[in-house]
Amino acid sequence: MSSHLELFAQLTANGIAVGSIYALVALGIVLIHKATEVLNFAHGDLLVVAAFSAWALIDKAGLSFWLVLPLVALAMGVLAYGLDALVVRRIVGQPQFAGVMLTIAIAFMMRGLVSMGFGTESQSYATPWTGASTEILGVTVADLSLVIMGSVLLIAALLWLFFRYTRLGIAMQAASQNQLAAHLNGVRVKRVNSLVWALAGVTAAIAGIFLAPITLVDTSLWLITLKALAAIVLGGFGSLPGAVIGGILIGLIEQYAGVYLMHGVKDIAAYLVLILVLILRPTGIMGEAHGRRV
Amino acid sequence: MRFDYHTAYRQGFALLPHTSDRVLYGLLIALLLAVPFFASTYLLGELGYVLILCIAAMGLMVLTGFTGQVSLGHASFVAIGAYAHAWLMTQGLPFALSLPLAALISAGAGLVVGIPAIRVSGLYLAMVTLAFSIVVEQVIGLWRGVTGGFMGMLVPNPELLGLSLSSPRAFYYVCLFFALAVLLALLNLMRSGIGRAFVGVRDSEAAAYALGIPVKRVKVGAFGLSAGVTGLAGALMAHHIGYLTPDAFTLLLSLDLVLMVVIGGMGSLRGAILGAILISLLPRAVAALKALLPEAMARQSGMEIFVAGAVLAFFVLFEPMGLNGRWLKLRALLESFPLYRRDTFRRQKSYMRSERNR
Repeated sequence: MSSHLELFAQLTANGIAVGSIYALVALGIVLIHKATEVLNFAHGDLLVVAAFSAWALIDKAGLSFWLVLPLVALAMGVLAYGLDALVVRRIVGQPQFAGVMLTIAIAFMMRGLVSMGFGTESQSYATPWTGASTEILGVTVADLSLVIMGSVLLIAALLWLFFRYTRLGIAMQAASQNQLAAHLNGVRVKRVNSLVWALAGVTAAIAGIFLAPITLVDTSLWLITLKALAAIVLGGFGSLPGAVIGGILIGLIEQYAGVYLMHGVKDIAAYLVLILVLILRPTGIMGEAHGRRV
Repeated sequence: MRFDYHTAYRQGFALLPHTSDRVLYGLLIALLLAVPFFASTYLLGELGYVLILCIAAMGLMVLTGFTGQVSLGHASFVAIGAYAHAWLMTQGLPFALSLPLAALISAGAGLVVGIPAIRVSGLYLAMVTLAFSIVVEQVIGLWRGVTGGFMGMLVPNPELLGLSLSSPRAFYYVCLFFALAVLLALLNLMRSGIGRAFVGVRDSEAAAYALGIPVKRVKVGAFGLSAGVTGLAGALMAHHIGYLTPDAFTLLLSLDLVLMVVIGGMGSLRGAILGAILISLLPRAVAALKALLPEAMARQSGMEIFVAGAVLAFFVLFEPMGLNGRWLKLRALLESFPLYRRDTFRRQKSYMRSERNR
């Protein structure tokens, strides 16, 4: 294989791995936005909380990774449920901007609490796959990246089945399409919305636990919210498959931009894509065609 | 209670219709003018900074509070104003010429960012501005020839008619002058036809359009005006900081500005000023609070950001009208003292309104 092609293949593998994480974060944000029309700017900070709790449990308390994963996921689900039931629900009926401000406020508070509780130093912890790598068709891929890709696909598939075939999933769809009609049909809209938050909290926890070993456990992890926003916009706002595709595309674009474009473009590639998509094609790749949507 | 008896049309549109208001605001201005004669140099510098933030917050208020266009990236206009001003001054332009030029350059950038506002609104616009500010921050870091890159750039000392304005006292007066000038200009603009058009676009684009308001031009114009005012604040900020680096204008500054506008109260310039004062005092208050806490708790970082978040959450949940709303309620209480009805400002029960199919 020529070195050009090899580089390209390597970049593609890395891009899909990073993109899977973006996709997972984007999924959580889209879930909440579809259900409650709140754009959750605190999603990245849920990741931070999950990553720091996982670090404390694995590195400090010495628990095994397989115990920590469900434990933290459950705890984040409960936390997200509580956030909606106790705080975010109160702003129903206020303009959308109030939701943005409230979630930014929650994000600030969580970030402050994390740096008060866990300190400000960057941490890291080991997973069962740390350090190992596999060679596929001449491209070396870290095992952790493979696990991430696999679990993102698995979660996406599970979510699809959940929304397609379970009573609760269909109730969630109904509530997100028309709250009043769903309520009149016996869907407990408030509880269902809080459960959507819980679901998003679980995806955030999984994303946080998998992302932290790749980068570092650090409060700046929240910046991934912004990348995820680019992914959501590219995929088409409010579309779950779009969020996954958009996330992977943003991951790929970043990797390619880092090598093939001039220095410094890599860091802003996602945001340039966001601006261009919103100006040129606001519905994104998979967006639904509403009359006056944007 | 107070009753108005007008004998001339001019009285109907006076900015301060009542003698008591005129006396109180006159006293306030006199106090602000007299501060340099008894305040310490440090305090003067801080006050100047608060005034600069007031200008920036008023700039954002024009856009977010009056026109209803959300911007999460106003730090980029502060940065553009600051860098444009510093660069023009290093090219030898005098202070008095460079300052308005910097504001104009920033307004031009605002017009460019405003163009997407024609097509997108609400959350989408918030994301465009957010992305724009991150892009601007990176570009400043990489464009070494003009901005000095991440190494930074020294700002020349301001001079006017041969007098140096770099002393804290002189610079305080410069800031005070611009803050008052911007306040007066915006107060009058917001009650003119242009300002009414802004409010019309905020409240209902369709209705504004039907009334013959050129919605697209108003939106872009509001962006330009807002960016120009914020850029002016940026140019003054350049002198306050003295040495420009890209990390002075991050996302956190953008969010701080939004905090000022939201906490102050949407749609009022008084709110912008009150919000700017509160947000700039917050770190001082937290530092004072830390001194009272036990050593172990006081050493931890993160409390500033926690308190900022808590204050914002408190206002969004319990006082959506912000500090200005609180002020109006207080004044209504005082003016109608024995007859004040508690339900005057009761919030009505509201239901979920979808913004999906506007």
